[in-house]
Parts: sequence; C-alpha cells; structure tokens
Amino acid sequence: MEKCAVVEIEKVFFAYDGETVLEDVNLTICEKDFIWIVGPNGGGKTTLVKLILGLLTPSGGAVRVFEKSPQQARSKIGYMPQHAHLDQRFPVSVSDVVLMGRLGEGRRYGPFSKKDRQVAYEVLEEVGLNEFADRHFASLSGGQQRRLLIARALASQPQLLILDEPTANLDLLVVRELYELLHKLNSQFTIVMVSHDPAFVSQAVKNVVCVNRKVAVHPTTAVGDEVLSELYHGHVRMVRHGHSAAEKE
Amino acid sequence: MEFIDAVFNHTFMLYALLTGVLASIACGVVGTYVVARRITYIAGGIAHSVLGGMGLAYYLKVVQGLSWLQPLHGAVVAALASAVTIALASIYLKEREDTVIGAIWAIGMAVGIIFIAKTPGYSENLMSYLFGNILMVTRGDLWLIAALDAFVVIVGYLFHKQIAAVCFDEEFARVRGVRVQLFYLLLLCLTALTVVILTTVVGIVMVIAFLTLPVAVAGYFTRKLWQTMVLATLLSIFFMTFGLALSYSPDLPAGATIIILAGLTYLIVSVIKALRKI
Repeated sequence: MEKCAVVEIEKVFFAYDGETVLEDVNLTICEKDFIWIVGPNGGGKTTLVKLILGLLTPSGGAVRVFEKSPQQARSKIGYMPQHAHLDQRFPVSVSDVVLMGRLGEGRRYGPFSKKDRQVAYEVLEEVGLNEFADRHFASLSGGQQRRLLIARALASQPQLLILDEPTANLDLLVVRELYELLHKLNSQFTIVMVSHDPAFVSQAVKNVVCVNRKVAVHPTTAVGDEVLSELYHGHVRMVRHGHSAAEKE
Repeated sequence: MEFIDAVFNHTFMLYALLTGVLASIACGVVGTYVVARRITYIAGGIAHSVLGGMGLAYYLKVVQGLSWLQPLHGAVVAALASAVTIALASIYLKEREDTVIGAIWAIGMAVGIIFIAKTPGYSENLMSYLFGNILMVTRGDLWLIAALDAFVVIVGYLFHKQIAAVCFDEEFARVRGVRVQLFYLLLLCLTALTVVILTTVVGIVMVIAFLTLPVAVAGYFTRKLWQTMVLATLLSIFFMTFGLALSYSPDLPAGATIIILAGLTYLIVSVIKALRKI
C-alpha cells in the first residue's frame, strides 16, 4: 500500500502583489515518487516549491507536508536551491558546504559536532565527492557543484528531496550522470524536481507536473522510439500533454 | 630601534601597539564576513554615522558637563543604531536598502559636524575622528576595545556556522530553520562594533579599507572562512605594528601609514597572482 501523505496540496491559491500566480492547485505526492515540475518561466514552478517548503504562505487553501504544516515538516526536507545565485568567490570548502546541511540538526552553538562531520563524509561519499572534501567550492566543475548541493540536501537526513533547477546550464552528458544519481537516490527518498527545460524527461521520473497558473499531473510512459533515445544519449520517457492548463496564458 | 625604545618608555606607544593587536582580531573575524557577504557599503555607512555619535558624546561631555562620557561611547551607540536601522530597512523595504545606507552615511556625518562645531575646544578632534589617532588611545579606551573584541570573538565562535550559512546561501539556511533575519542583524551589529574599534586606529574615512584589505590578501591563500579569519588577523597585526613603527621616526600619521602599507601589500599580491595566471 502506497503512502501518499508526503505532500498534500488542496485548493491552493497564491497571489503576488495582487497578481494570481497559482490558481486552484490540487496535488498529492506519494512516498518514493519522483516528480518533475515543468512549466514556462513565471508560470509558478518556484512558487509551488516555496509553498511546500513553507517559505511562502498560500492566499487560500492548505499545504500539508508529512501531515504537518510545512514549517514543522522542514527538518524532513532536503532542499537544493537554484545554483545561479551562489557566489563563486565565497571562501568555502566542499566539506563546509555539505556541513551547512547539518544546520538545525545537531547542537545550536559552537562548531559542528563529530556526528555532523561523520554524516557529511558519508553523503559526500554517496555522491562521489569524498576525495574533494578539502577543495575550494569554486574549483569544482558545474556538475560536481550540483552533486555537492545534492549532498548538502542529503546531509539533513531528509525523507523528501526538493531540487530547484538542478540541471540548469549543464551539458547533456553531465545531466545524464546527475539523473543516474537521482535515480539511485529515489529508492530511498521522495524526489520533487523543478526544471523549466522540458526537452526530455529522464527515465527516472515517474510523474510530471505541469505548472502554468494551474497544475496538471501526467504519469510518464516509456518511449519505444529509438531515434529519440539516440538523440538524448539514453532512455527517455514520454509525457502525454493532453490538457488545457499548459496552453492557457 | 627608536620605535622599540618608545614602546618601552612611553605608555601611549604601548597602548597604541596593544590597540593595533586587539583591533586586528575583530578586523580579521568580522572583515571576513563583510567581504564574503559583500556588505562593505553597509560598513561604510555605519562608519560614517559613528561621527554623529562621537560628536554628540563630545558635546555632552564638554558643554553639558557629563565628564564620564567618552566619544567612544557615543560611537558604539551610533554604530549599533545604524546597524539596526539598516537591518530593518533591508528586511522591510528590501529594494531601498541602498538609499537608507546613503542617508545614514550623510546624516551621521552632518550631526557630528554640527555638534563638534558647537563644542568649544580644538578642532583637531574632528581630524582625529576622521583619520584616526592611535597615539591618543587611553587606558579606558583600551578596556572598552578589549571588551568589544571579546564579544565579537565569542559571538563569532558560537554562531559561526549560522552566520556563514546566511552569508553563503540565505534561502537554504532559512529552510534549515536558521532565523536568517536575526543572524543578519547580528552580523551587522558585529560589523558596527568592529567599525568602532577600527575607527580609533585608522579613523572613520579609512575604516572600509582596513576592513577589506587584510581579508582580500588572506583570501588569495585560503579556502575556508576560518582560515581567512586567522590569516587576515595575522596580516592585520603585521600592518598595524609595522605601520606604527614606520610612521614613528619621520612623524607620519600612523593611520595613513598603516593603510598605505596594507594597500601596497594587496596591490603587490594581486599583481603577482594575476601574472601567474597568464
């Protein structure tokens, strides 16, 4: 029996400066699901994620995460924000970045504990970056930096992973590697991923959520088309986009 | 040699040397946060508002007869008030933060100039506030600087992980349950106290340079925030001590000599680093 209480969004509305961003959103996310949130820029993808994280409060309706309010459930959420806003010149090492995922877990005052460091080491190993622990953040490649931010999200020992644009500005082969990692992690975690790039859907994704003011959910189905697989260097799944929400501007 | 004799024979030189070392500690720790978070403009605003507090305290001391009051006390109050105002402005009027900083910058100076003008006495005081006079540090100032230093270091130690996370990735820190606005306010208050300490050495006008130059040099050689802090502190101690020594015999202004030393070092290190890349 599948448990579907990871995220429950009911009749949610959200307006920003009087302008409706999300309208009558209903969405249920079940355990071990892998959701891809797609949609045009300004369509409300990031808003939807911020509602789940409790960084924004809906103008109407209810958001429940693990049957609690998003704020109460935050400690069970591993979050990877957009990569673009990070300052590449910030003096921070790989292990420092991962340790930030331990905030709110261990003791509040003073340096991180031995346990925090142990967890940080384990998650770095999980994403294959343990040998880079002492390197400067900026010395990592774009793909490695994304892995690092995923590791930081894992360091919170979450049950739900939320990733905002994890693949932006990466080349296709690196993207594929990243999906392999996410596919592996999906056996332990529920994953919600945002991307404005709907060019192809990795085989790891189980459900696609289209957001453009309204929200529609589509299960993915395997595509037999070899040409398409060739094009994207790997297995692709197809989404049947037969709904009206996406066309409505 | 003359300098070393002076340190052993004159208490004012000893105090100057101690002030330099103490100021370097706060400078290394907080300067690292300021540079990493790119808030030097805020530090500049706070520094200039300090003149208002110093001027008012000086006026109250001389004209109103509050003899226990020192300009440094006024400086602490003005700096903290500015830090709180700027933090509140950035939380509630996000897009107008720079206007608020500019206003605090200029109004603080204006208030200070008016009070100093209305206070009988040497106008030299204004010069020493603006450009620093490390040789005029008193025993009382030294204790106050030591106390501020201790506060900055203890808070920095206890909350380093939260402050660092807020500086690097505010949104992530918020999701991890860190009270981001509170720690931003705390960071600005630490900046305010450090600015006050540095003001006594290099003066209001040159504070920003000293808050950033040792950190900028240290940043070339370190990968972690705490390493930057330690190296910046050591560099700062070197600039302060060596600058003081250099300025002694030819009777140069100490603050300006220290700044030029730090600035030259930064210039040389960045040129060498740039040449190596080519």
